[in-house]
Amino acid sequence: MNRRLSLFNVTSLVLGFAFLYLPILLLVIYSFNASRLVTVWGGFSTQWYGALFRNQALMEAAWVTLRIALLSATIATVLGTLAALALTRYGRFPGRTLFTGMVYAPMVMPEVITGLSLLLFFVAIDLDRGFWTITLAHTTLTMCFVTVVVQSRLMTFDRSLEEAAMDLGAPPLRTFFTVTLPLIAPSIVAGFLLAFTLSMDDLVIASFNAGPGATTLPIKIYSQVRLGLSPEVNAASAILIGIVTLGVIAATLISKRSALRSSKEAH
Amino acid sequence: MVERSLTRCLAAGLVPLVPFLWLCVLFLVPFLIVLKISLSDPAVAQPPYTPVFDWSDIAGFFSQLDFENFGLLVEDDLYFRAVLSSVRIAAVSTLLLLLVGFPIAYGMARAPERHRSLLVALVILPFWTSFLIRIYAWIAILKPEGLLTQALMGIGLISEPLDILNTETAVYVGIVYAYLPFMVLPLYATLEKMDDTLLEAALDLGSTPWRSFWTITVPLAMPGIVAGSLLCFIPAVGEFVIPDLLGGSETLMIGRQLWSEFFSNRDWPLASAVAILLLLLLVVPIVIYRDVEARRVEARP
Repeated sequence: MNRRLSLFNVTSLVLGFAFLYLPILLLVIYSFNASRLVTVWGGFSTQWYGALFRNQALMEAAWVTLRIALLSATIATVLGTLAALALTRYGRFPGRTLFTGMVYAPMVMPEVITGLSLLLFFVAIDLDRGFWTITLAHTTLTMCFVTVVVQSRLMTFDRSLEEAAMDLGAPPLRTFFTVTLPLIAPSIVAGFLLAFTLSMDDLVIASFNAGPGATTLPIKIYSQVRLGLSPEVNAASAILIGIVTLGVIAATLISKRSALRSSKEAH
Repeated sequence: MVERSLTRCLAAGLVPLVPFLWLCVLFLVPFLIVLKISLSDPAVAQPPYTPVFDWSDIAGFFSQLDFENFGLLVEDDLYFRAVLSSVRIAAVSTLLLLLVGFPIAYGMARAPERHRSLLVALVILPFWTSFLIRIYAWIAILKPEGLLTQALMGIGLISEPLDILNTETAVYVGIVYAYLPFMVLPLYATLEKMDDTLLEAALDLGSTPWRSFWTITVPLAMPGIVAGSLLCFIPAVGEFVIPDLLGGSETLMIGRQLWSEFFSNRDWPLASAVAILLLLLLVVPIVIYRDVEARRVEARP
């Protein structure tokens, strides 16, 4: 097929990607600004990174955020994978429509509603707000995203492999762990990473469910941003952006290599 | 043997049951509680509302129901204006997102096949970095002495500093920027599958490129247009962070109203009533979206 990029196509791609990346790039550049005035360039300096690491409250919030993200993403991955299996392998079970609805609704529901409703629930059952309430809230939100990611892999899955294993006498559970799970593993990893990022990133739901004991990094950043631009926030953002970029590059390289290996095996 | 298949059945039943129960307890029940509390009176206490629910007293429950909060929502035209302006801002943003996203998705779909997965990755990458940080980045750009003003004055396009931050324009910029991947990806997914020979045939038969765009490309891309628009419109209506950080005190949006009823005025019943109002506003788009999405997932080979 003869597809050619016209000048219009190239221009829109260049402008589009410039729009997507310039703000992030500027933020990273200005995190090395010596001036306290965030938008006036005062020479190169890494002083804000030093200030950031000496900021005890911010570091503590980062640690809490990381723990919540790891824990909630792990639970969400298990629950989301189970939900995806239920939706693809169990045909029409009673309550399926309600189930599908509950999986899709949290993804599009405004965060303020999800946050408020979970908070009122935790107050009703008399659970102290803090680490655990945020973890439960994040698990509930992110498991839906995991479900969708894993479900789309299960849809394109070649069932004959499982049938072959069962024909050769493998019990269902063994078939699942030796055939199904390895094949859907990349989508499970992708779902986990998505859940982890969403949890790290969430401000609204965490704000409703945070207590005096636990403040997350987005809540801290938000309260600082409301007081005005802060070079320390720039430095923290640049570090987060750096971590994400490295993570995505690593994930791409790993998946490329495994794709290469499997194509070699096929030949 | 019978016993073994019984345990197997039980184990298999757990697969749907565990996530189902989790969602019932942590999604459905909380939701019913919001509905309940929106019908109760505020109180200066902890928690700041009087419960209308006594599990043993169903008749009493119905007699105590109280639509006062919703009455307040109707009486005070602040909420009505907030609803209107949320819907307007979300609709305009969605339109802008279509205008910005379509050329990008179209360019991606026409790029050589070996580059396409890289382009998709580049669209997704900003989504992995914090939403809050990406909005924060725009404050430095849009503020009166900010980077946009400096750049435009530097090349001599303007002589007065631009004052965009804390206006509705800044909210549009923020929403378009933050939601662009949600618009581009569904559009790209449909445009990529499009058969180019249809366009060639139309050209051969004497159609102008503009006309073939409207009669062939747009109808074929419709599933992507609908999915992308809903995916942007629904969360935009309830958006809080963007209007709060970029919109200033002038920008009225319902998600922000809920936040301030809750955190500033500590009126939980009223906040719940606002939540129900916001949800009623979104029921139809959410149901349509769910159908579109379920059909899309199930239609895949």
